[in-house]
Amino acid sequence: MIIVGITARAAGTDAPVEQRFGRAPYFVFVDTETGNAESVENPLVDAAGGVGPRAVQIFSEHGATAIITGQVGGNAAKALEAGGIKAYAYRGSGSVADALAEYTAGNLQPLPLA
Amino acid sequence: MKIAIASGKGGTGKSTVAANLACMLSRTREVALVDCDVEEPNLHLFFPGSAVDVPVTTPVPEIDPARCTLCGECGKFCRFGALSVLKDRVLVFPHLCRSCGGCSLVCPQGAVREVSRTIGRVACSCPVPRLTLVSGILNEGEVQAPAVIRAAKMLAQGHLLILYDASPGIACPVIETLEGSDACILVTESTPFGLHDLRLAAEVVDRIGIPAGVVINRSDGRDEETLDFCRERGLPVIMTIPFSREIAAVQNRGGLIAALLPGWEERFAGLFEAMAKIAGVSP
Repeated sequence: MIIVGITARAAGTDAPVEQRFGRAPYFVFVDTETGNAESVENPLVDAAGGVGPRAVQIFSEHGATAIITGQVGGNAAKALEAGGIKAYAYRGSGSVADALAEYTAGNLQPLPLA
Repeated sequence: MKIAIASGKGGTGKSTVAANLACMLSRTREVALVDCDVEEPNLHLFFPGSAVDVPVTTPVPEIDPARCTLCGECGKFCRFGALSVLKDRVLVFPHLCRSCGGCSLVCPQGAVREVSRTIGRVACSCPVPRLTLVSGILNEGEVQAPAVIRAAKMLAQGHLLILYDASPGIACPVIETLEGSDACILVTESTPFGLHDLRLAAEVVDRIGIPAGVVINRSDGRDEETLDFCRERGLPVIMTIPFSREIAAVQNRGGLIAALLPGWEERFAGLFEAMAKIAGVSP
């Protein structure tokens, strides 16, 4: 079972992918085996700072082993690496489902974390 | 007596006023000048000399992995993201830490220990007789300006007469600087931007409850709006420095008008007397 977390502008797999990582309005967690999706509203949207590592913690709590987003900052990258979570870049304007399809097809580039 | 020099806006001449006031005062008495603009201290440019550095440290968490059960309480508590609780470890980001100590309080296992981290330094010098210059310097990329300001103010403690040069704006570093001051000089310039920021600064000083006087710098002689505002708010205008080529030339060379231009030492003496009166202290 692989859970992939995708940053999104709204809830559900039809929502457009959000390019920002820590300040994305929603995180959508999809179980790639069952196809079940869970949307989590990001509590960090208006946080003062340090949102990167805190967002990683949310992904970690939801058991995500891979994430899809536009880009991540330095602190988030460090936390992702330490947490053994792989990050993939989706720079298109499609939905969460589109990004996931690209991911399963192996078309997404891994984001450099170190 | 402790006098803070503040202004809502950068580049209005806070440091000019602070340095000239300190220069004038040092002719006749002991004075400590504290540069609280720790992100960009510049008073040492007016008073070059060798300084002694004291490091400023702040406590940051360290996790004992033998005790930590990865319960996640510390990470949930930290609103600055300084702690990330992952599957097999807790990741600490020391430069995001504001040293509140909350993580060690919420940890049920007692696994959080606090260790010191250097975030800046305070440079102390005696560049001219009777003047002690204390400059707070925050290391690049650090966020805890108030901690360095506190350290700088502490090192100046004990002097009878202290001048605090605040950073521009009205954020936490300025509040930290104003804390404990007897009076505040608000430096402004007679432009719409100057007036806008003076309004904000006056509000802050008022809220903290520190009596203040206004210095209008680079005045072109048409200061009606600023004067009206000061009258409305009951803020005395205690000095006006004209926009002049002669003054600008002295400043450009890093010189002090109180020392180099006739008449200005007396005018800064007058400014000090006015501030003492505002503070309700005998000068």
